[in-house]
Amino acid sequence: MTARTQFDADIDTALADAPLQRALADVPAGFVAGRRRAREELLEFEPLRRVARDIRDHALAHLDLYLEAFESNATKAGSRVHWAASGDDACRIVLDICRAAGARTITKSKSMVSEEIELRERLQDAEFDVVETDLGEYLVQIRNEKPSHIIAPAIHMRAEDVADVFRRQHGHLAPDRKLDTPEEMIAEARGILRDKFLSADVGITGANFLVAESGSAIIVTNEGNADLTMSLPKVHVILTSIDKVVPTFSDAWPLLRLLARSATGQAFTAYTTIVTGPRRPDDPDGPEQCHIILLDNGRTELLASEMRPVLRCIRCGACMNHCPVYCSIGGHAYNSVYPGPIGAALSPALAGAEQAAHLAEASTFCGRCEQVCPVEIPLVSVMRQWRSLALEQPRSRRARVMLHTWARLAQHPRIYRWCAGIAARSLKWLAGSGARIRRLPFLHAWTDYRDLAAPQGGTFQQQWAQREHKRAQRDRADVSAARARKSDSVP
Amino acid sequence: MSHRLRILSRIRKALDAPAMPSETARAEAVAERIAHPPQHWPLRSIQTADPEGAAQLTLIGRFKAQLARLGADVIEVGSVAEIPAALANYVAANVADDAAGLARIRMGSDAFLAALPWSSTSGLEIAAGMAEAADVIGVSRAIAGVAETGTLLLVSGAENPVTLGYLPETHIVVLETGAIVASYEEAMQSMLAATGGRMPRTVNLITGASRTGDIGGKIVMGAHGPRRVAVVLWSA
Ligand code: SF4
Repeated sequence: MTARTQFDADIDTALADAPLQRALADVPAGFVAGRRRAREELLEFEPLRRVARDIRDHALAHLDLYLEAFESNATKAGSRVHWAASGDDACRIVLDICRAAGARTITKSKSMVSEEIELRERLQDAEFDVVETDLGEYLVQIRNEKPSHIIAPAIHMRAEDVADVFRRQHGHLAPDRKLDTPEEMIAEARGILRDKFLSADVGITGANFLVAESGSAIIVTNEGNADLTMSLPKVHVILTSIDKVVPTFSDAWPLLRLLARSATGQAFTAYTTIVTGPRRPDDPDGPEQCHIILLDNGRTELLASEMRPVLRCIRCGACMNHCPVYCSIGGHAYNSVYPGPIGAALSPALAGAEQAAHLAEASTFCGRCEQVCPVEIPLVSVMRQWRSLALEQPRSRRARVMLHTWARLAQHPRIYRWCAGIAARSLKWLAGSGARIRRLPFLHAWTDYRDLAAPQGGTFQQQWAQREHKRAQRDRADVSAARARKSDSVP
Repeated sequence: MSHRLRILSRIRKALDAPAMPSETARAEAVAERIAHPPQHWPLRSIQTADPEGAAQLTLIGRFKAQLARLGADVIEVGSVAEIPAALANYVAANVADDAAGLARIRMGSDAFLAALPWSSTSGLEIAAGMAEAADVIGVSRAIAGVAETGTLLLVSGAENPVTLGYLPETHIVVLETGAIVASYEEAMQSMLAATGGRMPRTVNLITGASRTGDIGGKIVMGAHGPRRVAVVLWSA
């Protein structure tokens, strides 16, 4: 099965998955309402989006220089900066750091870059005890799944699912304990993860932004898990990518103001932490080493392409919360680290066009994603570009023939009109006396989920011509009436 | 070629376009941006503070309103001398005591906190240093408060070890009303003024208690860090 046909099959499965559909009914809608409220409360929300876009564009246009400045300042502050061209390289660097530290237990806070390079799996293969500390990521880990949303990884699970997996996973706890409410489940997870925090040898986090002027990383969480991950072990590893750098703190604040508001509708994330190097001589707590890994993994190619604006992304998730396709099928069907519109725009660049260019077809091009994106990424036109590139890929004979025929037709207006006339008449005939068609021959994929309205009164072009004709008549009548009035008023 | 050189040269190639400014012009633009960061803020909705008088009062009001929305408690005291008693009352009312009726609080070596008249109050036992697993209450001093979102700015170090704000279930933060500013930008300036321009290992911006919405989409407090955040506000 190709990635593309797999996608079709996964969509069908997702649409038929009743529990998933119930989970999707509430949560993204909650994010949408939250964002709307937060946007109304901040008078400058819209102008701020343009400020944010310009900050990101400026940083990307000088990316080499800001990365060099970041590296030099981070090194001065005592961090070690590593560069990794591919995901494999980044995994190797992390493995080496963990081995050198003699680590056994590793805590991790949520990082989409680590999902991208499958770091947890690599560390587990090397026999490290790795535990995700973001609650959603922990749930995904113990259920052996992948995250289905970039900020709410377990959005596809219901509370009952969590209770089930806790009873299975936490076998050492009393089997008859109460696990009815989210509060009870969170208290249980807190206890289990607390032990991991205290015993970890290495803590791995991502970074939301890197600040060139000081060599700092900015890391945000609502749970505070990144802070425990980075403060308690001897070694802190920050795994991030080259596109995260911004020039100064002045440039970071507008982005942070938009991030939480766009993501969950909070005015600010509960914990925003600026990290600059390892423990200082007089510090009682904090890691002895701070490593920062800068990953490329396809980003320089995006930078060179017309799709560069994709790199502005601050990973807020608003585009998926507002996407009618994401909200119908959830994140897993995309079978890509980044789902939703940003996934369709970014994944083909990271995973290869053969693997992911078809994701761009999962869009109605309604444009809601662009309207809410805090850094104004033209997601629709990026998806359109991936669609055109995908055309160059080998695809099924049937699709090729259909697209070529369509292209020919569209270039020959006379033949097009003639065919459209025949099509309109046949559809009318198919509909019989009704106004809707329940089943189309050859194209039943369309009518499986909805009826097709039968054409009324001629083709679009005929109706348009009639309309224009009527308008011209009306205009002529108006002109002569005006002339008549004018000649009347002449004394 | 090292990964570093490979990535940097790929970036340069990607950015290289006929319309691109010269290398020197780009380097100057970057140096200038870092030397004189742009002022993107304040925009209209959040005005800069006037440190005295009415503007400061509305700033404090906004800060308290934001804390209330976040579910954080505010304990207001008239003078520095009242802080230990107010803190003890809050603890007695909100945090369960041990069998001996003593509540243990943990704090760092902060000179301001250390100079408070702790002996004037009973019921509190004070432990010094970074937080330990068994600690229930951590007490720290914030450098600034941000009215915009009810955010507290703390810095790492022996004075106020970071772990105090993350391991205990209750985090009590002492803040002077005069340190409340309008925006994060100003809070960073206050911070740099306090540290003599040096970036501490961490700057911790704390906005309410630890929370998660990961189970069934319901927001629950106390995911990993404190379930409860209280701010002791005092005026000089
Ligand atoms: S593309 Fe825009 S809306 Fe989507 S995650 Fe990125 S920043 Fe947010």
